[in-house]
Amino acid sequence: MADFNANIPEGELTVKWTKLRSSMPLVNPANKRSIEIVVVGSGLAGASAAATLAEMGYKVKCFCFQDSPRRAHSIAAQGGINAAKNYQNDGDSVYRLFYDTIKGGDYRAREANVHRLAEVSTSIIDQCVAQGVPLAREYGGLLDNRSFGGTQVQRTFYAAGQTGQQLLLGAYSALERQIGMGKVEMFTRHEMLEVVVIEGKARGIIARNLITGELERHFGHAVLLGSGGYGNVFYLSTNAMGSNVTAAWKAHKKGAFFGNPCFTQIHPTCIPVSGDHQSKLTLMSESLRNDGRIWVPKKKDDNRKASDIPEDERDYYLERRYPAFGNLVPRDVASRAAKERCDAGYGVGNSKLAVYLDFAANTERYGRIEATKHNIHNPDKATCVRLGLEVIKEKYGNLFDMYAQITGENPYETPMRIYPAVHYTMGGLWVDYNLMTTIPGLYALGEANFSDHGANRLGASALMQGLADGYFVIPYTIGAYLSKELATKPIPLDHPAFVEAEASVRGILEKFINIKGTKSVDFFHKKLGLIMWEKCGMARNAQGLTEAIAEIQQLRKDFWSDVRVPGNINEFNPELEKAGRVADFIELGELMCIDALNRNESCGGHFREEYQTEEGEALRDDENYAYVAAWEFKEGVKFELHKEELKFENIKIAQRSYK
Amino acid sequence: MSTGNMNLTLKVWRQKDNKAKGSLVDYKLSEISPDMSFLEMFDVLNEQLINKGDEPVVFDHDCREGICGACSMFINGRPHGPKDLVTTCQLHMRSFKDGDTIVVEPWRAAAFPVIKDLTVDRTAFDRIIAAGGFISVNTGNAQDANALPIPKLQADAAFEAAACIGCGACVATCKNASAMLFTSAKISQLALLPQGQPERYRRAQSMVAQMDAEGFGNCTNTGACEAECPKGISLENIARMNRDFYAAKFVSEEEV
Repeated sequence: MADFNANIPEGELTVKWTKLRSSMPLVNPANKRSIEIVVVGSGLAGASAAATLAEMGYKVKCFCFQDSPRRAHSIAAQGGINAAKNYQNDGDSVYRLFYDTIKGGDYRAREANVHRLAEVSTSIIDQCVAQGVPLAREYGGLLDNRSFGGTQVQRTFYAAGQTGQQLLLGAYSALERQIGMGKVEMFTRHEMLEVVVIEGKARGIIARNLITGELERHFGHAVLLGSGGYGNVFYLSTNAMGSNVTAAWKAHKKGAFFGNPCFTQIHPTCIPVSGDHQSKLTLMSESLRNDGRIWVPKKKDDNRKASDIPEDERDYYLERRYPAFGNLVPRDVASRAAKERCDAGYGVGNSKLAVYLDFAANTERYGRIEATKHNIHNPDKATCVRLGLEVIKEKYGNLFDMYAQITGENPYETPMRIYPAVHYTMGGLWVDYNLMTTIPGLYALGEANFSDHGANRLGASALMQGLADGYFVIPYTIGAYLSKELATKPIPLDHPAFVEAEASVRGILEKFINIKGTKSVDFFHKKLGLIMWEKCGMARNAQGLTEAIAEIQQLRKDFWSDVRVPGNINEFNPELEKAGRVADFIELGELMCIDALNRNESCGGHFREEYQTEEGEALRDDENYAYVAAWEFKEGVKFELHKEELKFENIKIAQRSYK
Repeated sequence: MSTGNMNLTLKVWRQKDNKAKGSLVDYKLSEISPDMSFLEMFDVLNEQLINKGDEPVVFDHDCREGICGACSMFINGRPHGPKDLVTTCQLHMRSFKDGDTIVVEPWRAAAFPVIKDLTVDRTAFDRIIAAGGFISVNTGNAQDANALPIPKLQADAAFEAAACIGCGACVATCKNASAMLFTSAKISQLALLPQGQPERYRRAQSMVAQMDAEGFGNCTNTGACEAECPKGISLENIARMNRDFYAAKFVSEEEV
């Protein structure tokens, strides 16, 4: 069995990282120049890692399937990035960010990793500002903050509704700087299709040039995957169309364990599905819950317009059920509460699968403050609304415009209709404290790994983790491995392992083309998505999961005998790319169901209907399930479970309460 | 698959590869829903083509929420179609009428060669950024973020310039295929911020030099780029860039 040790440093929680960082073996500058690192993915994690490693002197090759590293899906993150700066003087600290993240993750994350994340969070903001990332500021010239779910402090930094874009462009500019200096070689429109493992160590990749279709061999002393999450296994999600699990899945099939695959985040505030043609779902940032109140009518099947429903006939169910956190409960809690109301018959809109997100109360409140600033005393309601709308527009303008464009409704006049949608995957490749997978020399960063968010990620923490891993963790931890690799000369690309890996990739691609079946790739992807959403989505139960496993196995057979992939291998062929990704999603979907079925408890985003409190909250089983489920791939699409015990030495594990 | 009632005629640019000669090909579509996005309408077309045994139309797209900048269709003579401040992926079929004929072409510019059908090569933009679109600060060299207060109006102006998504609509719509709006947006963002001052003039010079080397045309102040930019990037940025570019010739060598 592969090495399966979390390698958490000894010592007090608060000094583990500092001590390790200061005692980590180093690689001297002259040796760095002869060490090659392959980075797959150019999002926040990949770009920041590639840029930083190149700055340090390593020879870096970076790969992305998009036409430019700037288009990685991190760009679409809207709301913000957390950091324990305590600029608002509201009692924030590294410990509090650590605590909120562990609790938000429903006690299924590793303490040591999360504490390190909280520690480096402050450096991320410093680094980004130094790069010229235009984060929002107050009139005094200092940085502004806002609230996000699952916390009672204001620690979220933002750039309007485009925080991910601005942070990614910062990392992208750092990466392009290194490309311009010749220290990073960039391969755009390239997809990684295999990890090359030689004598048990990751030594490179097979990548396909998506324009020519050519298969290429690339050596690296180490390989880093910053290839993102796998939410598109559900077909409909807020992920980009190209987001996929393929890089991580190929690594999994080569021996890297997959951690907690069933931990999926369903985001509560997305624009509802409008019809069968839907190709993706669009998020409305969690930041909107700062100023939007969520409600449904108190009466079942109420078909009145929102504006015709008087105040006392509205059920602000989050404020009712969770008075302490109200509309800012964590995402898993908010999503389930919306589902509960809609399932009970209180949903709104044509589909009845939506709830209202209403800005009227806060618009008026802001207007009143503005009126005072303008020396208008005793303003009437119309004045307040007019002035308040200007404030709302400045804060959320781009999101409101996006909503109007997609739905054809004006959110300044009528409340938004929202419903939960798949957004993020907490699960991912299992990594140790150094971010190394169970394949030596193969690392996973950002959303591609499983490490920091437990069973539920708090808002504004994905950007934090991606950049923490890339800028501040891997540059140190990779030294421990590479310092022992100084004697390793670049392995010639005609080594049998490279030849074999390339042949196996070619074999799979040829198989897709030669099936010449009757159904498109999308047909199978949609079918898979429906099974996953219905049986492994917001609520799961043993019976549904058992059925889903059988259905997915059948779907896999059908796919491999009846998919139609037009065109050829040696050309630009997006259908062929999709076929490879969907084939991997089908295998992953089965593992997710197996993992969900194995975990006989509810925690965070994993809600097993059999395990809930009387009030319908998630009921954990700490005695039996306080572990990371790390799955090993076996011949014939079988999976073997390994457990990493989670020890809580600094936080008292408790029933999560936001009441 | 769809539930709508719109019937459309599409005239789509098909081109096998960079060397092949392309042409507009007609396709009829029916039962299109007004709630579909423009790209979902293309999904329907492609599904039909695949089912008939034809090759689907290749086009760039990814996030489908108007931020990644991948989508790039020239629709009825306008980049990203008929609506202002909207990318192709956020354009919905309710912006068209039943019975419409819609012409869809790729971005056309010498510096953006066609790869296949509606997909073009925009890597020239990356090379312009690599020439100087950054602040030279290695990881770990930053001071506390609030040690450098930046007036809100200045920060907001930098943010507006930074909103560029690098889609290339400005180039596609410009009669000279100029990349000045794109280049100037990055130069402006960094020139407006105190962090960007040390390399300000050198940056303007090297990014403009790269822009010229890529074969983009010059600016003749028509303003089509600003009118068609899905993110509303202002022409003022070009004025700022020109100012810095010319100023660079008058500052001492140590400052450049």
